[in-house]
Amino acid sequence: MSDEHKILLTIPMYPDMELAAAKTGSALAELKDFNEEAVEEIQLAIIETCINASEHSQSDDKEVHIQFLVTDDKLQVKISDRGVGITADTLDGTRLLGTPTLHADLRKRGRGLQIIRALMDEVVIESSPNGTTVSFTKKKTPS
Amino acid sequence: MLNKFDIQVRESKEHAIIETAGYLNDALGEKLSEKAQELIQNGYTLLVINLEQTTLINSIGISILIEIIEALDEREGTLNFCGLSATQERTFRMMAIAKYAGIFPDEEAAIANL
Repeated sequence: MSDEHKILLTIPMYPDMELAAAKTGSALAELKDFNEEAVEEIQLAIIETCINASEHSQSDDKEVHIQFLVTDDKLQVKISDRGVGITADTLDGTRLLGTPTLHADLRKRGRGLQIIRALMDEVVIESSPNGTTVSFTKKKTPS
Repeated sequence: MLNKFDIQVRESKEHAIIETAGYLNDALGEKLSEKAQELIQNGYTLLVINLEQTTLINSIGISILIEIIEALDEREGTLNFCGLSATQERTFRMMAIAKYAGIFPDEEAAIANL
């Protein structure tokens, strides 16, 4: 039977606090012997999700709630805010394009979710007018 | 302060190298952008950004790198990156940065390909 550990963390929406969440995620992944690349990918996914929550949630409590669930073979991270929810155009990045660039494919903003989806094995986004939860899972690859 | 960062600039006759250390977010990105713009204003069009000591790069940091690529593009300059981790390189390729800037394993190769 594999050990399962649940860790809860709440961070304020304050510059660089996403690093506290990322460092917690990396410590848990390292504890379970995830490889270096996976640890970095987990950190980046946590950072992007926390930044999205800080930038777009408009939550009154200005907090991001993070739940880590780690087993021997995977790390699940659930990141929630109590904001106003996100719309479909935010989800696909079209609302966040920012200023036009010289090259159409060099989009400056709105790529956070694309990064998370590319780096994680499973990503689920649930959003309502009461808040948004982004859940993602990284499976441990055999070394 | 959670994020300790640093920027070093080395200038030669033909090119300049910017070395960043720490978490490349909006704060470090702005410092990096200032240094790059200063070099471009001073006539440098061949730049290398060494990210070997840069532990993490978020999407805001990447957007600032894109601005530097664009600034150099306007002057027909070249930007090469080196010292990226596997995840950073994968992210750069995903975000099309690799189409407009070179990615090399080390400074020597990045300079040789300017």
